[in-house]
Amino acid sequence: MTREIAVVAFAQTDHRRTSDELSEVEMLMPVLHAVLDQTGLKTADIGFTCSGSSDYLAGRAFSFTLALDGVGAWPPISESHVEMDGAWALYEAWTKLLTGDADTALVYSYGKSSPGSVRDVLTRQLDPYYVAPLWPDSVALAALQAQALIDAGDTDEPALAAVAARSRTDATTNSHAQLRGSVPQGDYLVRPLRTGDCPPIGDGAAAVILAAGERARDLCERPAWIRGIDHRIEAHGLGVRDLTDSPSTRLAAERAGAFERPVDTAELHAPFTSQEVVLRKALRLDDSVRVNPSGGALAANPVMAAGLLRIGEAAARIHRGESDRALAHATSGPCLQQNLVAVLEGDPR
Amino acid sequence: MSKEPVAVVGVGQTKHVAARRDVSIAGLVREAARRALDDAELSWADIDAVVIGKAPDFFEGVMMPELYLADALGAVGKPMLRVHTAGSVGGSTALVAANLVAARVHGTVLTLAFEKQSESNAMWGLSLPIPFQQPLLAGAGGFFAPHVRAYMRRTGAPDTVGSLVAYKDRRNALKNPYAHLHEHDITLEKVQASPMLWDPIRYSETCPSSDGACAMVLTDRAGAARAPRPPAWMHGGAMRSEPTLFAGKDAVSPQAGKDCAADVYRQAGIADPRRDIDAVEMYVPFSWYEPMWLENLGFADEGEGWKLTEAGVTELDGDLPVNMSGGVLSTNPIGASGMIRFAEAALQVRGLAGEHQVEGARRVLGHAYGGGSQFFSMWLVGSQPPAS
Repeated sequence: MTREIAVVAFAQTDHRRTSDELSEVEMLMPVLHAVLDQTGLKTADIGFTCSGSSDYLAGRAFSFTLALDGVGAWPPISESHVEMDGAWALYEAWTKLLTGDADTALVYSYGKSSPGSVRDVLTRQLDPYYVAPLWPDSVALAALQAQALIDAGDTDEPALAAVAARSRTDATTNSHAQLRGSVPQGDYLVRPLRTGDCPPIGDGAAAVILAAGERARDLCERPAWIRGIDHRIEAHGLGVRDLTDSPSTRLAAERAGAFERPVDTAELHAPFTSQEVVLRKALRLDDSVRVNPSGGALAANPVMAAGLLRIGEAAARIHRGESDRALAHATSGPCLQQNLVAVLEGDPR
Repeated sequence: MSKEPVAVVGVGQTKHVAARRDVSIAGLVREAARRALDDAELSWADIDAVVIGKAPDFFEGVMMPELYLADALGAVGKPMLRVHTAGSVGGSTALVAANLVAARVHGTVLTLAFEKQSESNAMWGLSLPIPFQQPLLAGAGGFFAPHVRAYMRRTGAPDTVGSLVAYKDRRNALKNPYAHLHEHDITLEKVQASPMLWDPIRYSETCPSSDGACAMVLTDRAGAARAPRPPAWMHGGAMRSEPTLFAGKDAVSPQAGKDCAADVYRQAGIADPRRDIDAVEMYVPFSWYEPMWLENLGFADEGEGWKLTEAGVTELDGDLPVNMSGGVLSTNPIGASGMIRFAEAALQVRGLAGEHQVEGARRVLGHAYGGGSQFFSMWLVGSQPPAS
């Protein structure tokens, strides 16, 4: 019998273009307090802590150690860190809870894109010998993918504009979102992608609390049970991938049990409109599924936290009784190279 | 639900050197992974997931390099996790991989850690000036030297103890073909006459900068039953963290290290570590950390650690051998250094440590630490499966 594990609390910052006046720790602290307050837990009550962040955004080595000071790791805590989006920190915490070594976990992630040029920074993720020296930026690579989709007949520019408009309209009810309401599609940033097809650049943080079994029911009226979670990576070389498809997302979804029964909600980590097209196809989502009611990454995309935000948003809808079975997705790397899928369910009402 | 027992059935390392100019980063990691698979007599297809770790991305200048390394590590179509917990990362990475097996998420996992220090300069990678923050003072040596001085003052240990550790570890390295430094003409006098770098730490009492990778294949009970060579069984594993600086922090013997060891001993049923553990691979980047960790890990009472070193207890043929492989003092691909400790502990209980094998080693501790003496990861491995 596998342990049942649930997301029992979720908190996030108001995501903003810049948070010059705040250090990463100062940005994170209110979110940690908020998520702990929801459950009444204190740092000392948490069995395991895991975070996700990137030194390259912070511009310094071991940047996560400062965040740890903010958590308050005294007396010493059982703690780990992934140099990945917080969704993968949640995955590590989930395995820790599965072993029975801990009953509760605090997961957080944060990123400040404002101090640098994030398009340039992300080029440092690419093959350092053959690709990174050419500095192809994240928008240019996404544009390659978008053009491949248009060429394959999977989408067109008006359809992409509709994704952008729907996301920002939905974001009007999300007070944390950075880009809301009527946003012009704008000029081409890198053809065929217009500014409206691209995510806002911004700073933000997210945190969730996981709990196992009865502990979850004690801490949350309607826990969002993680029925399955899996992640898969694809080849790094864009030339060996079919950019119009996402086999890693499909495989992760299969392993997470996403296709066993339909979901009513999907929070997809698609920073570019065109990537929602790829993900909808890979996940076989039809129009009956509510996609990105939060506005998704097109409304707020704090790098390193945007994936954890998707899991948090999906879980929060279950907590509020607005969803019974939701899919959450996170991505990392150029053109959706690495993908994580979680399936969350609430108890029957 | 009880945890699935975790076994180490494959260990692979590169020959650690100052600069592997003959291979790319991908080539380096693949070499270690291939050797771990060969040891386990498995192929890439037998691996369910890959867990990779390394120290700061600035050390090579590649952001989240696991994305680029997916192909080289046969991870395409599989889960790939990237751990980063400062200097303890090699140990933490192995523990995250072990949890995947223990939780029965996967049956067989490849775990790997690396650093290719020749791609940049780690000391300055650690010393980027950050506004409003205390500078790290030219790398790790400048940070740790005052803590060593505090230990000496607190315990009254004679000045020579550090050189004894360095002399021992560098001689042990001569028996380890994968060790970076092979100083065939080493003498105690040469160690003691080497230039002072960060008082009281001399040049020969500090770790080198290495290019290297270390990999292990971890598997479940069924996988261990199929293994061609004796497995090492995990009896306990834990991580602990505490803040970098705070009023009352004991930088000489941090509480997080004590708590981490206590957790591992509890899991493994170790009542008296000095009696129940046969050998230790501990993270000693500066010679004095051997006596300091002997106390922190409970092998000696407070203030007594240096006496074990001085009496030769930690020599390869001593009563409690420490760093049989030559340790971090002889080999330091930073992100991999913790995993090398864990892997060397496994080699010892498997009886596969070659010339630096401790006769009859049944239970061996692997230890790593990082940050400002604040991140700890440890595991205890045994030649027999855990009791429960």
